[in-house]
Amino acid sequence: MKLRLRIWRQPGADAKGKMVSYVIDGVSEDASFLEMLDVLNERLIADGEDPVAFDHDCREGICGACSLVIDGQPHGPQAATTTCQLHMRKYKDGDTIDIEPWRAGAFPVVKDLVVDRSAFDRIIAAGGYISAPTGTAPDAHSVPVPKADADAAFAAAACIGCGACVAACPNGSGMLFMAAKVAHLGLMPQGQPERHTRVLGMVAEHDAAGFGGCTNTGECAAACPKEIGLDVIGQLNRDFRKAAARAA
Amino acid sequence: MAVSGILMVLFLIAHMAGNLHIFEGRESMNDYAEGLRTFGEPLLPRESLLWVLRIGLIAAIGVHIASSIALTHRALHARPVRYVSRKPAKGESPHAAATMRWGAAVIVLFVIWHLLDLTFRTVNPVKEAPDAYGAVVATFAPERWPVTVFYLLALAALGFHLRHGIWSAVQTIAGPGLAWRRRWQAVALAVAVIIVAGFAIVPLAVSFGLVS
Repeated sequence: MKLRLRIWRQPGADAKGKMVSYVIDGVSEDASFLEMLDVLNERLIADGEDPVAFDHDCREGICGACSLVIDGQPHGPQAATTTCQLHMRKYKDGDTIDIEPWRAGAFPVVKDLVVDRSAFDRIIAAGGYISAPTGTAPDAHSVPVPKADADAAFAAAACIGCGACVAACPNGSGMLFMAAKVAHLGLMPQGQPERHTRVLGMVAEHDAAGFGGCTNTGECAAACPKEIGLDVIGQLNRDFRKAAARAA
Repeated sequence: MAVSGILMVLFLIAHMAGNLHIFEGRESMNDYAEGLRTFGEPLLPRESLLWVLRIGLIAAIGVHIASSIALTHRALHARPVRYVSRKPAKGESPHAAATMRWGAAVIVLFVIWHLLDLTFRTVNPVKEAPDAYGAVVATFAPERWPVTVFYLLALAALGFHLRHGIWSAVQTIAGPGLAWRRRWQAVALAVAVIIVAGFAIVPLAVSFGLVS
């Protein structure tokens, strides 16, 4: 199939970017979205042009590296799917596709479609962990966890940290990402000792990083490739309220 | 945002219920209006209740607007470069970002008009303060249909604002789990519909001549 791509090109962090059009022919419907961009880049390199920079790693939907806003939707039009798992059979001959990077002040563009998501790492470093003592691993059944809690924690832990929630949020908030980690650890016995300092530290770092505030529009959950729901945000709000009251 | 919003929702419910006195006739409506002023007399000075409500409402509105400015300011800084094309996802509060912001602007304009119309009577044909019934009937008279249309449009904006705002306040304060989130969303929708319907029935009844 033949497609017209309009891609955000930005030579560097401080450069001014713009949408540039490319026509690409002979795209297989079996190709993934990233393979389609690979084909474009091979052609650009052969023509002596600068290839389009974009993030990717595992290409099997679990690493969270790919990060394209396709026609105004993070990870494209298919629900619960990362960009790398989106296939060209979703498109038809003659389509025009807009491709942009995540747009957030806390995610500055490095080049073209690549953004710096280290703000997420700083949020995790501010409390998104447990301080486990080292030594031999304990027996798996030594700390019982109720099945419902284990399932909910597992669902929250499915977050791959891609940042689609921030890209989709009308306020540019990282609430869903942060709340997924707060819910994941807060539901486990191992997460209890640091439960209150965790939520306070992560929220402070989230706000300092320049993410917006959450207004519960739910666009993050609708865009999340791992279908993390707004219940994690509810739990963060509960934990935050208790932790703030205790700290006061 | 959440606490000030809930206070205003409680006021709206009381205001809406009070308005329904109009269907009991001129005397009952005006007695109710006078009753709001004489509440607590002779123990308390005249209009004590009204002044408590006024100060409380002004404080709630101030906090609500200040919070919304802070949130909007953060949102603008959080996305300094806008999307060339953006397709909002259909989340659990579809189009909430747009209906909250544009709806708020409509509601602010409406409240200004509403105060000039039925509180200060600046733009109302009936200037005598005790005749609340006459003022309502005069402002929604059939030949003044644009006033009624504006009132109904503002109510529509209010309805969308409440549908998102009420459940969002619950999410912020209580953070319910999945099952209770669905229930609270249903409650938010129900309260929004009841408040809008309760307010809308008064101008509609006057406009169509059921109350005159």
